[in-house]
Order: sequence, then structure tokens, then C-alpha cells
Amino acid sequence: MAQPGILERLEILADAAKYDASCASSGTQKRDSRGGRGVGSTEGMGICHAYAPDGRCISLLKLLLTNHCIFDCHYCVNRKSSNVRRAGFTPQEVVDLTLSFYKRNYIEGLFLSSGIVRSSNHTMEQLIEVARTLRETHDFRGYIHLKTIPEADPDLVAQAGLWADRVSINVELPTEAGLLRLAPDKDAGRIEGTMGNLSAAIVDAKDARKHYRKAPRFAPAGQSTQMIVGADGASDAQIVGKASTLYDRFGLRRVYYSAFSPIPDASAVLPLKRPPLLREHRLYQSDWLIRFYGFAPLEVQQATSADGMLPLDIDPKLAWALKFRENFPVDLNRAPREALLRVPGLGTKAVKALLAARRHRTLRLEDVARVTVSLKKLRPFIVTVDWRPTLLTDRSDLRAGLAAPPRQLELFG
Amino acid sequence: MIAATLAEPDDFEGWRELARGLVGRGCAPDDVAWSDAGEGTGDLFGVADTEGRPVVSMRPVRASRGFLDLARSVILHRDPQRLALLYRVLWRLQRQPHLLDDAADRDVLALHGLARQVRRDIHKMRAFVRFRSAQDCDGSERMIAWFEPDHRIERANADFFVRRFANERWSILTPRLSLHWDGAGLFESPPANRSDLPSDDLTEELWLAYYRSIFNPARLKVGAMLKEMPRKYWKNLPEASMIAQLVAGAQQREAAMIDTGKTLFDEPVPGSLAEIGKAVSGCTRCAIGCNGTRAVMGEGPPQARLMIVGEQPGDSEEIAGRPFVGPAGQLLDRHLREAGIDRDAAYVTNAVKHFKYEPRGKRRLHQTPTAGEIDICRWWLDGERAIVAPRVILALGASAARGLLGRTPAIGRERGRAIPQPDGTQLWITVHPSYLLRLDGDAQAREERRFAEDLAGLAALLDVAVSGRSGVM
Repeated sequence: MAQPGILERLEILADAAKYDASCASSGTQKRDSRGGRGVGSTEGMGICHAYAPDGRCISLLKLLLTNHCIFDCHYCVNRKSSNVRRAGFTPQEVVDLTLSFYKRNYIEGLFLSSGIVRSSNHTMEQLIEVARTLRETHDFRGYIHLKTIPEADPDLVAQAGLWADRVSINVELPTEAGLLRLAPDKDAGRIEGTMGNLSAAIVDAKDARKHYRKAPRFAPAGQSTQMIVGADGASDAQIVGKASTLYDRFGLRRVYYSAFSPIPDASAVLPLKRPPLLREHRLYQSDWLIRFYGFAPLEVQQATSADGMLPLDIDPKLAWALKFRENFPVDLNRAPREALLRVPGLGTKAVKALLAARRHRTLRLEDVARVTVSLKKLRPFIVTVDWRPTLLTDRSDLRAGLAAPPRQLELFG
Repeated sequence: MIAATLAEPDDFEGWRELARGLVGRGCAPDDVAWSDAGEGTGDLFGVADTEGRPVVSMRPVRASRGFLDLARSVILHRDPQRLALLYRVLWRLQRQPHLLDDAADRDVLALHGLARQVRRDIHKMRAFVRFRSAQDCDGSERMIAWFEPDHRIERANADFFVRRFANERWSILTPRLSLHWDGAGLFESPPANRSDLPSDDLTEELWLAYYRSIFNPARLKVGAMLKEMPRKYWKNLPEASMIAQLVAGAQQREAAMIDTGKTLFDEPVPGSLAEIGKAVSGCTRCAIGCNGTRAVMGEGPPQARLMIVGEQPGDSEEIAGRPFVGPAGQLLDRHLREAGIDRDAAYVTNAVKHFKYEPRGKRRLHQTPTAGEIDICRWWLDGERAIVAPRVILALGASAARGLLGRTPAIGRERGRAIPQPDGTQLWITVHPSYLLRLDGDAQAREERRFAEDLAGLAALLDVAVSGRSGVM
């Protein structure tokens, strides 16, 4: 069958790639095109070159090399049994697209994934070919994120890390039972085995560079993964637990959550309704609590209700504070950083500002107001020179006063 | 009152020189009136009218590195008050060297506020500059962009584009000045117009296609988009022209995605096979149901122990109105007989109840139903399964197995063994007999042998399942 034109294939293969949440282009080594032959620079912080109406950042050219696939994962729009239109790029076509987009300042680099054609090894080799051509032939110094195929040969996966800034493998579902049911061709053990290999290679390469400045870099922006939320029955507590195990065991940079979204030609095993997007948001917030606010995974899990779900109407930090009221109010003039970070409504920046400011003055409510967004939310939990909440933390209607007022549900929720 | 005028509004070193002199002469912030010269027309150097004010302080004027960094970016802000604010903070720093640490101080907050806006503008310029390809007089490629920043950040930002595109030739045109890079040096030229931008670039069409396709209509969040990509930037972003149409179409597209599955069946499953047969003949929930053929319902004893499921009726079946009567049916009958399985005791039906075909002259060529069509028709098959309640189900081919399992199995891996189902039945998978008819020679003989083996295995399973004996021989 004749291949459709490049524009049509770009539509098909970008459409097929949009279910991957990650578009990050940050956290890699600093480098630029001066002294080289090609284009490209990375400067720590990534740049979002555009935003789509779904509110997501477009930083990378996110593509599938092909959406033909021999696997039959139920949640995936590209599964073998799905009726989507199929198309494929040659490695050279992806290289050309990446460079011409990059030169027009549309993107920070490439995020390349693929359906599995012929064999996992063959597919992996094609992905590596794209990255190698960009780096070697065109001296491309922008960002490259390669999705690796867990079933591919470990040597191939290792090669991917030599060309790419970041490598990732999706664990797909938070529970093994879910994976077994919805992704019959995938194997949790295999996925985690590959993650383990990658994490070892990343650590080794970092170590080698300490001793030899010329040692090759290996995925300098680390590895990440993605979990689909709402396609199986896993609770938030389970998901948080799984994510923290992944962070600990494999030193992951990020765990992405993707609220399961109904896909065209959906499999009969899947729910037809999407989970509320808010759930994904609450999970990210809990992720933040663990990564930046010094919460232990267990503490986040304690903030869930009896069914293991995080409340949707209030954020997980407030939920935790309401459950463990004995830790409040916190004296903003005396409490250590760790205690300030636990106050609902105080972000990391506000805490930093308060710590700096209280070296120069004794904090009053108006000082706090100047560095934070909303005093209303803060008041019940803090003490300043001129403010002390009276019995507020013992009131039973505290939650009602702080939760956002109910609003009409989305018509298409 | 002392008038202090800056030569160029983004001239940090000039401001620094003036401010240092003013502090050294003890000019209090309230005594200095700061202003920008008219852009491009002013003197080459900034001036402060300090005549008659001797230097009074022997101490060097002090400023922390943090303040200088902050001032370097604040000076780029368009707010004319920024100069006075910077000077006031510099003045106060002489008495309070750690003033900047006091994040709750009004001046410090204001300074940080301005710096933040400039930082954001710099970042947005790096993000939203869009180059178009053009040709220089010598025929080589030059990338040209038009951008309208909020603040005077053009020069400060040029280095970023140099780092990124050091080996390209490019120009960034703005209403204040134009920047040009030729691969070795950076040049400035007078302001430009939007019309100086090349009118088109073929790659832009690909970019628009990408923007359209990467957007997921199931997660519309216009607010989040507007926060990061405010409307003021849209006029210079080619992709922004499509936003309105994407937003308008999104809810329809998502609703359509869900509707294809959800609202198809809103009545209860009929309670008897006859009722299912009647209802299925009027079913128009997928394209096959609407092609004018008649539905072929399953047949056999309603309490059968064995249920045989094929793919869909073929030409002969549709004419006869009965399942498995054509060539494939005859082949199946022969093999069932040889395996010692009584077809008349089995309930025989199909995963899809209508005949999907492609007209080719006078003939109707069989077409495989899609996964979506099988999944829709599964509702009827589930109804039959619930009523007949067989102990063993034989699935012939991948379509039949999908109708029973909800997923398409790998026949090669899963054939010829009992697969226990959640409802307690045993599923037995093999190929469809029409597959054997399409083969010839050795391959046919070999596959027929395997088919016979599968049915023999099924016969053994039936013995066990029906008589209730244990599997021990």
C-alpha cells in the first residue's frame, strides 16, 4: 500500500503520540552550538514553545516512528486490534522534520517513541538510528528523549542512553494485575528489569565522569516513566506507593500520571468515561509533596480517605493538615523550615521568603500577606506576632470553610 | 531637583555610572528626577545635572552582586519609574547592606516584581520567536523572525539565539531595533516592520498539522493555555490561528469518541433466544447491520453443553438464514463427525450476526469485521451465552475469540487448550475452517491435521466437562 504524504503521516503519528504526558526538556547538561557544525542548545531549564488548548506545553516534537504494533494493550490507541489509520516514518524523515522544526524555533528537540514492528530489537534499532544520525551526522545539540522498548536487547537499550538526554519506559499501570489484564503482551518484571539496567548505567556513567572528564555521558537528564490513572481499579494510595517505590529503586527523575482518556475505537474492557482530570492533578500535587515538601509517601497515603483516594475538593496538603491538626498552628517566627513547609497555602518560594524576612523583622500578618497568595487559607494554621487562631483548628466545620465552593459539574465530565 | 537622563533605556552601565556619582555626592532619592532620553535621539552618554554638588562621601558606593544582577534585568523594564526605584534601593543599601534579604520590604518586593516581568518576557521571547526561511543575496539560507517584546530585552536576549543557532544566519526584527547574525558576528540595524517578514514558509504547514494533532480534545483546558500563552502573543504565532477552531471542535470530538460505544445499548438484554433473534434482525448499531442483509441467528438446543462460535455468516449462510451451512460449515461438520462431536447437540452461532461483504461483480466477497464491530455485536453474543449457559465454548478463529474474550488473542499461542473463563465455562480456541479452505498442498494437509487434533482435544474436554469425571485417566 502506498504511504500517505508527509503531512498526513505527521498528523497520524503525532496524534498517536499525544497520550504520552511527558514533554519535559529540562535537567540535562548545558551545551550549545558554538564551536560545532549544527544547531541546538540546552540550558538547564526547558522552554515551552507553544501551548495546546488542552493546556499542555509543546516543547518537543513528540512522534511515533510508526503506529503499527504487534502488541494488543487495551488502553492503547495503537494496539494491534484497533482500527486507527496506520503510518510510519523512515528514520531520515524524522531527522529532517526535527531539524527543520528546530531551526524555526518551534521546538526544543525530539521525543521519539514507536509501536513495535517486526521485533522489539528491530524497533529499538530504528529509534537509535534517528538519535545517532541527529547527533553524529548533523551535530544536533538539542534535546532528545527516547522511549525504550522493554523487550529489546539490553545492549540496544544501553546505546539509546548514549545518544539521548533522557530515556523512559512506561510502567503503564500501577498494579501488576492491571498490567496482566490490560496489557497482555507486556511483563512487569521485564519492564522493571530494564529500568534497573538503565538506572545502573546512569549511575555508572556519572561515576565514570568523576574520574575521567571525557567519559561518555549516559542519559544526562535521567529516566522517567508514566502510569495511566483510572483504567484499572488502583487507588490513589496504591499509586502513590508504587510511584515512591519507583523513585527509590530506580532513581527516576519523574513519574508522570496520565488520566486515562477515552480513545477512539476503545477496547471493550475499558471504562468509557474518563476519570476526573482533577484526580491526575491531585496525584501530581502529592508527588510534589514528596519531592519538594519533605513528606514521606506514608504520610501522603495517610491523607487519603478510607477507600484510599485523595479528596478531590481539597489539595492533599490541606487534607493532611486537617487530619493531623495537632501539628498546628505553626509559629511563622520560630518554626523550622520543615514545619513551615507543612502549612497549607505556603509554597516553597513563600517559605524561603519568610525565612529570609524573619531574620530582619518579626513577622506580622501583613508581612505574610505580601509574600503569599491568600491569607484566608493560611490563617487557621499559623501564628504571628499579631495573630493567633482561636480554637480554629478544633472546629469541625474547618474543612467546609477552606474547600472550594461547589460548582456545577462539567457537562462532559 | 537634579535631572538624571539615561542615554539608552537599556544602558545598564550608563545608569550604574550616573547612580554611583549621585550616591557619592549624597543626592537623596527624593532629589533626583530620573528619565529616559527619547529613544535613539538622545546623547551618546547619560547626563546628570550635578553641578555645584561636590563628592561628599569618601566611602566607595556599595552594592551587592545580588542587587547588580537584579538591576541589570530591572533596567530593561518599560516602566519609567524603574530608574527611581533602583536608585532608592541603591541608596538604602548603603545603610542596610542586607536589605535585599528582607523579602517583605515594599521596595524589594517591587524590584522583584519588575525583575520577574522582565524574566518572563525574556523567556517568552525565547519560546515564541518563529523563524521563516528566506534567501540572502548570495543564495544561502537566512532565518528571519518578527517579534514584539513587552520590555527592552532584545539585546539582552540576543546571546541566547547566538548560542542556539551559532552556525545559522538569522535576523530578529522588532519595533525597536533589528538584530542580525551572520555566523560570526552580531549586528544591529534600525527598527523594522512586520511586513519585512517573509510572507510564508512551507514548513509552517507541517507545524500547524503537528499542533492540531498533538492536542487531546478529551482534556480541554483553555485557561491553562491562556495563562502561559496570552492572547497578546497570538498575532505572531502561526499556530494560534487554529486555536478557536480546535476549542470549538473539542467537545464534539470527545463526545463522538464516547458515543460510539456508550449509548448503543440502553435496553435490557432480551430474556430468550427467540427474542434475541427478533431484536438482532432489526439491529443497526454498526455499519454491517445497515447493509441490507438479513441477520443470521444462532441455532441448536437452548440448553446445549457446547457452544460453537464462528466469525460471521457468509454468502450461503445469509441466503439460508442458518449458520455454518456453506463450504466452511461442511468442512466443520466433517471434522466434528470425525472427532465424535455431535453438531446437532451443540448451539452454533457467530460473533457477528450480519454478513459483511464487498460487492465484486455478481459475487459478494467476504470482508473481515473490524474489532469495533465485533465489540458492538458482543452484546448479543453475551446474551446468547447467558441463556444457553454452555459448559464449553469452541471459538473458531480470531474474530470469534475476540467476541468471547474482549481482546484479540494470538491464535498460535492460545489454541488447543482449555482457557477457564470468569463465568466458569471453558474456552477452547482453534482456527476458522475457512482458513483451511484457503490453503493448499502440504500446508493444507498440515493445518487440517492440527485442526483435527484441536477438535480431538475438545472432544476429550467435553467428555470430562459433561460427565463431570475428573481428568485423571
